[in-house]
Amino acid sequence: MRTSWMVTVGQRLLEALPTLFGIILVTFVLTRSLPGDPAVYFAGPAADAQSIAETRASMGLDQPLPVQFGRYVQNLAQGDWGVSHNTGRPVIEELGRRLPASLELTLLGLLLSMAAAIPLGVLAATRPNSLVDHACRVVVTAGVSMPVFFTGLLLVYVFYYQLGWAPSPLGRLSFMYIEPPKVTGLYLVDSLLAGDFEVFRAALGQIALPAITLALFAMAPIARMTRAAMLGVLGSDYIRTAKASGLAPHTVLFTYALRNALLPVLTTLGMVFSFLLGANVLVEKVFSWPGIGSFAIEALVASDYAAVQGFVLSMALLFVSLNLIIDLLYTLIDPRAGGEAT
Amino acid sequence: MERRKFLKGAALAAGSAGVLPFLKYIPAAEASSRNAVLVVCVGSGPNSMDIHRVGSNRESYQISVNLYDRLVTHGRRELEDGTFAYDSTVLEPELAESWEFAEDGMSVDFKLRKDATFWDGKPVTAHDVKWSFDRAVGIGGFPTVQMRAGSLEKPEQFIVVDDHTFRIEFLRKSKLTMPDLAVPIPIIINSEVAKQHATDSDPWAAEYLHRTPAGGGAFKLGGWQSGEQVVYERFDDWKSGPLPEVRRVVIREVPSASTRRALVERGDVDVSLDLPPRDAADMAAAGRVRVASVPVENTVHGLGLNMNFEPFRDKRVRQAIAYAIPYQQIFEAAAYEQGLPLYGADSFDPSSIDWPQPFPYNTDYDKSRELLAEAGYADGFQVPLSMSLGLAQWMEPTCLLIQEGLNRIGIRTSIDKIPGANWRSRSLVEKELDLHLTHFGGWLNYPEYYFFWQYVHGHLFNSMNYKNEEIEALVDETLHMEVDHPDYEPKLKRMIEIAMDEVPMIPIWQPSLDVAMQQNIEGYEHWFHRQLDCRTLTKA
Amino acid sequence: MNAVATLRHTRYVLGENPLTVVAFSLFALIVTVAIFGPWIAPYDPIASSASRLQPPSWDHWFGTDHLGRDVFSRVIVATRLDLFIAVSAVALSFVVGSILGCLAGFFGGWTDRIISRCIDTIMAFPLFVLAMGIVAVLGNSVENIIYATAIINLPFYARVARAEISVRRKAGFAAAAKVAGNSDLRVLSMHLYPNILPQMMVQLSLNMGWAILNAAGLSFIGLGVVPPTPEWGIMVAEGAEYIVSGQWWLVFFPGAALMLAVFCFNMMGDGLRDLIDPRRRT
Repeated sequence: MRTSWMVTVGQRLLEALPTLFGIILVTFVLTRSLPGDPAVYFAGPAADAQSIAETRASMGLDQPLPVQFGRYVQNLAQGDWGVSHNTGRPVIEELGRRLPASLELTLLGLLLSMAAAIPLGVLAATRPNSLVDHACRVVVTAGVSMPVFFTGLLLVYVFYYQLGWAPSPLGRLSFMYIEPPKVTGLYLVDSLLAGDFEVFRAALGQIALPAITLALFAMAPIARMTRAAMLGVLGSDYIRTAKASGLAPHTVLFTYALRNALLPVLTTLGMVFSFLLGANVLVEKVFSWPGIGSFAIEALVASDYAAVQGFVLSMALLFVSLNLIIDLLYTLIDPRAGGEAT
Repeated sequence: MERRKFLKGAALAAGSAGVLPFLKYIPAAEASSRNAVLVVCVGSGPNSMDIHRVGSNRESYQISVNLYDRLVTHGRRELEDGTFAYDSTVLEPELAESWEFAEDGMSVDFKLRKDATFWDGKPVTAHDVKWSFDRAVGIGGFPTVQMRAGSLEKPEQFIVVDDHTFRIEFLRKSKLTMPDLAVPIPIIINSEVAKQHATDSDPWAAEYLHRTPAGGGAFKLGGWQSGEQVVYERFDDWKSGPLPEVRRVVIREVPSASTRRALVERGDVDVSLDLPPRDAADMAAAGRVRVASVPVENTVHGLGLNMNFEPFRDKRVRQAIAYAIPYQQIFEAAAYEQGLPLYGADSFDPSSIDWPQPFPYNTDYDKSRELLAEAGYADGFQVPLSMSLGLAQWMEPTCLLIQEGLNRIGIRTSIDKIPGANWRSRSLVEKELDLHLTHFGGWLNYPEYYFFWQYVHGHLFNSMNYKNEEIEALVDETLHMEVDHPDYEPKLKRMIEIAMDEVPMIPIWQPSLDVAMQQNIEGYEHWFHRQLDCRTLTKA
Repeated sequence: MNAVATLRHTRYVLGENPLTVVAFSLFALIVTVAIFGPWIAPYDPIASSASRLQPPSWDHWFGTDHLGRDVFSRVIVATRLDLFIAVSAVALSFVVGSILGCLAGFFGGWTDRIISRCIDTIMAFPLFVLAMGIVAVLGNSVENIIYATAIINLPFYARVARAEISVRRKAGFAAAAKVAGNSDLRVLSMHLYPNILPQMMVQLSLNMGWAILNAAGLSFIGLGVVPPTPEWGIMVAEGAEYIVSGQWWLVFFPGAALMLAVFCFNMMGDGLRDLIDPRRRT
């Protein structure tokens, strides 16, 4: 059992390689076809033709595309992700600094969302078409119907500007606190590890509004998938049998039904996560959150090739590993799906 | 634990505990020095600590202004509303305590302050100045172009006479040379530190100075997280001017304009920059915070007509368009009446050499249709109207209103929003946009300097591809000419007269630089480089 | 006979789920407004006027914006464009996505590997950023927004279809159909595909809303529909900057329209699911 599981892991890792290559290629092509000449942008406001040419040469943009691509892949293989022209720092350093910020926000958003949405979904499925069901539906739909930047601004307006409950939306930590010693890069976790509750509280205060913004947005797919899956499972023959055989409704619901219903929910979670990372871009912009999303927007606007590529590549790595985990969990929960690769 | 305590101590900071909610935890006893910290929020921050670096953004200029010294600076003058602004006509000592021109007027000797040191305690010498100037003219890109504008082109021009005497030999006599020494480019860098980090492939230590400033300005770098914040700490041994009263400046990036407004209105920050005109106008009217609003000298927001587009070659078409722009509506809806209108003058004959000055056009659709019919375009034509996405705040409403106005005379436009990165290359370098908004501002406050960049064919800001030999000859003759020369004024008037009559660029308004600050902030000074000079700010 | 049964079933489902009735009526309203919008609107949606930033009044039900344009007229006229973007983008990704997903799930092996790798490649991009990139490369236009939205939605259908088909392909009824002499394609399209439709429908209904929200997000960073064309997303994005200064109506009304539309799509998806779900029909 264990060895076959290891084989599956290895196989999935190998299968991820072409995806990664595809990503590198697609990103390279996409970034190079971005309109705008980065050399002109970076040469500054009063540059002339000569200084633009100098800039272009110093950025290596005067080489033919295949040469640029070859050099890029070669550098990647050596762990060199290039230098962001926009910030002048190695891309890997920028990402290392910003990725935890985005991850912390996204994960907290996802957790909050799951904590609210899965119970709502189950609740709705156990009493389909009741008032409760309709209320659940209205709540989650309201969340997903509002653009995140709008929700974010609204929350800032109400909780910061009007009520004064939330701290000013100035990033991860207001400037009088120093960041906790870096272990995971997630301030909430690190501050707890350091036993520093004051910083924890401050970080929590900062992250609350953006995380709620994201959570509101992500509730709908999770709740709806939970509800749909639960309904499907609850209507199935084996649940009817279980019920008929006199098992307690509680046992039926959680041991049999929910376990099976989690399957499609799990598939959805992967998508929701990727979806949230995208929505993050807008939320980060509203809350001045120093994550990779805002980094990517700036890089895209400035045609900062190395930064855009690095951003996408790190996302890809993240996503491929996430997918792998989901796939493996999937095989654990549903033995039917496991055998297909053999 | 220890580190946080330190920070709290250092940040003791930070401003009145009552006003700034960040500071809830500051003990009351330590709050005595609360006026020593200034909190500023900006739309975007610097991407480099080195203004000479390729790709340094406009926001990086603030580093040059606050962390480095130049040889000279400008005096200040008080405007009618009590706001201070730099005085382009007066040069004052900064690192140089005095200067003297040679008898033939072809060189100038600067006497450097003998007590001035860099942050590391090393005295500032003429060698540092020479190295820094050599770097500015040799590193290429924007710094080199800007130095050239002041006829500062070759390292041979910069001579170390002795440790505290630095000479510049002129290539030509030009009135632009001295003011060009007060722009953010010719900063004095600690050359010994820089040289230690220079390599064969990087002789100017660009890699090092990009992250680590090495200067002797009024502030040192306290910390920089790109994309988040910059912190300045006062350099207590600064000698090149009155020691700043604030000990520490925290500059936070807040991309959302409405959040920036909320922060300053709520009293969470002391100064808020990058305000959209509407917010500036609203806050000025509400009166809770002080809004300093100063028209930016030598700057025009206008509409460029590209000569490559057939109909625009006809002067009558250009004038027809100038008569079809709903100026007043634009000034109200896009500029919120911040700045100065550049339309509605009485005469095509300029009465002064002020620049920019109102052009003799106003909204007159009948006249416009008449001119268009005369030119043979009675039925109008179709043309894209381009704007930059990065400047959508004012460009979008402007474009929409222009579109509406032109529609009334039969010119149909489609609005083309161009992402910030492409805007420069397409409008200024390729010069391929037929009808587009322009927003050039010249650092050196001379009309002919403006004309040099925007009205001379082939020059960067001539996005209209406009060519007029008379203007070019006039620019050539006046660019380096002293302003008290008897020919100067008539030539300038002629130049402006041509621009008014030919209108390759239709001025709409002169924008203002708006800065919102708490009532207890004093000493704000408006600068042509549009950066916040933290050295003069005080907090009561 | 069959038609009568379907009708009866429809009435039963609708009777049981009042929200579905609301959703369908709302949808009818939206479609009506989309078709007749330009005739309903009291003002020219792109004409500026001197009455700027006026709060809602009898003359301007939804107030006026920063250029003095009537918000009510803009919200009404925008309906057609928003509906068009959502429907075309979702239809495109639904069709392409379910074909790819079914093929991958049914045939497995290399077909699955290649399709899955392509889907993974798309999914490995944060979707909104990919949409940004596509529109940035192709340029701002309605078609490009549709393509970008369709591409980023495609994996959702493909993956749901693949997962559902791969679980079901070995089920008894599929095997029976196969044994009965049906071709693979026939088993897939006639026997398996209808089985996964409910799951796909849930996805579809959600995606209609997402498609509009995606366009709104693109507008927020300035990559949306070209002005002065009224579009809900742009209106919310533009209005967002006015919340702090108290001009709430600029955001509220287009936002409400946006929310109503997304609401409507969601509720309808649910209703459709109930209608189509074969298990409920028995």
